[in-house]
Amino acid sequence: MKHSASERLVGSPIRRPKARQLVAGRGRYTDDLRPQGLLHAAFVRSQYAHAKVLAVNTRSASALAGVVKIFLADDLLRVCRPWTTKFSQVPEHRSAPQPPLAHGTAFWQGQPIAIVLARSRAIAEDAAALVEVDYEPLIAVASGAAALADHSPLIHPSLGSNILFEKKLRSGEPETVFRQAPTVVRRSMRFPRLTGVPLESRSIIADFDPTQKTLTLHASTQVPHQMRSVFAAQLGLDESRVRVIVPDVGGGFGIKLHTYDDEVAVAASSLLLGRPVKFISDRFEAFVSDNHARAHSADAALALDQDGKFLAFSTVDVMEAGAFSTYPRSSVLEGMQAINQVGAPYDAAAFDAHLRIVFQNKPHTGSYRGVGQPIGCAVTELLVESAARLMSIDPAELRRRNYRNAAQSGPVTLSGVDLGGELSQEACLDKLLALMDYPQLRREQALAREQGKYLGVGFASFIEATATGPMFYGSSKVPIAASDGCSLRLEPGGTVSCITSAQFQGQGLEVALAQIVADAITIPFEAVTIVHGDTAVTPMGGGSYASRGLTIAGEAAMLAAVALRQNILNAAAELLEAAASDLELHTGRVEVAGTDRSISLAEVAFAMHYCQHLMPPGASTDPMVTRHHASRRSFLVANGIQASMVEVDPESGFVRLLRHWVVDDCGKIVNPMLADEQIRGAVIQGIGAALFEECAYDDQGQMLAATMADYLVPMAADMPDVEIGHVETPVTDTLLGTKGVGEAGIVGASASVANAINDALAPFGAEVFHLPVTPEKILRALGKIT
Amino acid sequence: MKPAPFSYLRVNDLVEAFDLLEDYGADARILSGGQSLIPTLNLRLSAPSLLIDIGGLASLRGVEARGEQIRIGALTRHVDVERSPLIATHLPLISQAMPHVAHAAIRNRGTIGGSLALADPAAELPACMLALNATMVIASKKGERKVPASEFFKGLYATALEPNEILVYIDIPATHGGERYYFNEFARRHGDYALVGIAAMCEFIANQPRDLRLVFFGCGDRPLRASQTEAAVLQTGLTSPQLEKTITTAIGRDLDPQADLHASSSTRLHLASVLARRSIASFLNS
Repeated sequence: MKHSASERLVGSPIRRPKARQLVAGRGRYTDDLRPQGLLHAAFVRSQYAHAKVLAVNTRSASALAGVVKIFLADDLLRVCRPWTTKFSQVPEHRSAPQPPLAHGTAFWQGQPIAIVLARSRAIAEDAAALVEVDYEPLIAVASGAAALADHSPLIHPSLGSNILFEKKLRSGEPETVFRQAPTVVRRSMRFPRLTGVPLESRSIIADFDPTQKTLTLHASTQVPHQMRSVFAAQLGLDESRVRVIVPDVGGGFGIKLHTYDDEVAVAASSLLLGRPVKFISDRFEAFVSDNHARAHSADAALALDQDGKFLAFSTVDVMEAGAFSTYPRSSVLEGMQAINQVGAPYDAAAFDAHLRIVFQNKPHTGSYRGVGQPIGCAVTELLVESAARLMSIDPAELRRRNYRNAAQSGPVTLSGVDLGGELSQEACLDKLLALMDYPQLRREQALAREQGKYLGVGFASFIEATATGPMFYGSSKVPIAASDGCSLRLEPGGTVSCITSAQFQGQGLEVALAQIVADAITIPFEAVTIVHGDTAVTPMGGGSYASRGLTIAGEAAMLAAVALRQNILNAAAELLEAAASDLELHTGRVEVAGTDRSISLAEVAFAMHYCQHLMPPGASTDPMVTRHHASRRSFLVANGIQASMVEVDPESGFVRLLRHWVVDDCGKIVNPMLADEQIRGAVIQGIGAALFEECAYDDQGQMLAATMADYLVPMAADMPDVEIGHVETPVTDTLLGTKGVGEAGIVGASASVANAINDALAPFGAEVFHLPVTPEKILRALGKIT
Repeated sequence: MKPAPFSYLRVNDLVEAFDLLEDYGADARILSGGQSLIPTLNLRLSAPSLLIDIGGLASLRGVEARGEQIRIGALTRHVDVERSPLIATHLPLISQAMPHVAHAAIRNRGTIGGSLALADPAAELPACMLALNATMVIASKKGERKVPASEFFKGLYATALEPNEILVYIDIPATHGGERYYFNEFARRHGDYALVGIAAMCEFIANQPRDLRLVFFGCGDRPLRASQTEAAVLQTGLTSPQLEKTITTAIGRDLDPQADLHASSSTRLHLASVLARRSIASFLNS
């Protein structure tokens, strides 16, 4: 098969036709749908972080005009089972059964206690305010230290401790190395609880049809097939009776991967009432019900020899989960990647890590863009630059001295991460230094300091584990597909419908898939139509998580396109009375090579649909093919480096971001514009974590930042441009050669910004290791306030 | 969230509004730009039974010069204040402050009267009114009364307005040329309510500073004039090497800022002293 012409679209920065639709207000989100007989749900949520729910009085609420029904836990448990997060291969992970509504005990402020179903959301809220809940407050476990303290109350007494998961990793002789090393940098770091804040909040319409015993869910989700599996299991329906349809999704960032009690309660209510029920989370409840993430305290250390060679890394990480391990993905991966990526870009002789994930009377934590990797990166990179300052070695040079040499060290890090093959860290560093004109920046910095301006430059090298293989979920009997599927249907006019299990959440993935398919078949970009987001229609597949969309679903599309192209050639061979191997398919025509005999693709497609009598029986000329793809590796590991330049005002502690650079290696790039925008968006979220964002709680477990005025997300006007370069090291065992790119930006950005701030503060001997780096923390580090 | 049920009436003149206020009292709220009130309703932090929309009262909209005063109608939108040549010429402090007031989209709808009547202690415009010795013109069925800014802001979201009254105009003495102005604030993100801000003015006569006014916001339950700091600064001298120490000492007597999620009391006090120093430096350089 000739691939020469197929470079045309792949590699081009094709714009997203979908973007025009969305900005024109022609997008259709779950909340835009209004089926007949619709009821609206609002929840009565626990006011306490931990309390016994003694009684719930719904009498006056039920009497309100327009209220149809109010359900409590016992009502829903008639049709809905509680769920417990389990990983058969990870027996040390523990959690407890979680009901759709608090059943006897409320475990966090915001846990739903009652679901009110009414003619409108406004009426449902009026009624919810009338529901009287009689609580007996219990002591809330509201910090990692509190969870681990002797005599701490146990959130789940049956588990015997507040530890959800504990892991120790060790390689070499870390104690000896740290004892004997000439230089050891030891720092205590804090990374706050964050959440993803998608523009479109969680949204679901559940419609149980009692005549057919089918449940149709319209939902804003990243994972329609996972959702089908979970809802079927909890509601006691066969998977074939549940259909998940996904309208437009206004961002997910990992928040829409999880099973939420309120969404299950909506489906259970529909089952009980036989009517469609809609729930659109408002921003206020999103902050206390959406999944949270991060929430790490890390005591970390780096040992170096006198030449600045790294000898050992260590980290002791306490991560705060919620009251339950997130279902069905658990809260484990966030913690594991926070420790196993420590030191990952570098060679060293020893490694030591201890992770404890502890239950909290707070919302669940789990996969949010980056999943633990921003922590692993920040722990490493903040230590590296502290060491560079301590030893007066240029931070770029210190990294260069220590990057992994895979030829010597092999593909597996001391922490056990299989990097797959050679990383391109030095090439990325070289490209970055050129992109930022590094020597010139340092001169600017020196000049500015003479004038009393404090500029700082910081770096963060990172690896990004993308496109999870089936070993993690599948082998632990967790029904989350690591594969994706693609069906390609040749339409009679010669265009192609691409029916993919990929799930879009605004990334523009549909454009890249069309580029792949169009190139592989050699048809125009416009000839490919994408169909997705319906479990009754598409092949099964994992959807949108772990930076996998293009790499897994794209490869499935590529495989399907290669197969469909062959079927087209087989059919054309019959029509042209030539051997398929002598045929060439160019845009719109099939030609017999070296002759003037040809036929249009439309004629071939017509024959494949309507003139089967012209094809010999048994010939492979089907107009529709399906292919699936899953990686055989644990991860495809991408890598890169970021840098930031900031100005710190030492009088006020305020930070101005001036510039930010990224050089990323995600293998082959299908659409450079989409790749760059993935990086930019994720960098901005990482900057948010570095400077602004925090789900702040008081010591009673009360959320203090439950509005957009208090949970500060980065604003476009305050952000610098993000300059991006690429190194392309294609993966060799796939047709596409891509690795993931969706999380690269967030993995390195926080560390890069924090390092730049600490560089600016270096003349004062001040450093900050608690994120977000607020003006107050800077003032405290500078000794301006106590 | 959706607001609790309420009635809505759009009035055609002030008399209609006064009648409704007499009937409903504290259960009614005046709606102008809605940029603070509507979110408050949506969060169910407030549940009035009636919204009286005065947005149609054109006579309350606009900026005019009246002798030594500039009169700003309470319904004048922030964007119109921001772009007003009269204000740029005669009230430069307000011009300096306007870009800090929330975001452009909010300034397109929000009104000066709404901001002042709400009296958010971290808002920019109340502090400007105090620094400029503005007068609030308040109307009710009984007629008009005038309240100086120093007596208008009573506390957290509390003003001298009675439940049956409406703020209709703000009269502000125009600059006569000898004043220098400084406005600045520290906000976590541009457009956020300030952690600490300052609206400052100093009148110079023959290059000698006389009337110094340092008004802080975000430092208490209302905009606060730092009178002890003003006096100490004038006494020490604006160019004195002791200025920093003078300010740091005096400002602690003027201000006792509240702590919240975004800054402690000592951070706010420190930032206030930074702003005070910067205002003095700016006066000397302008």
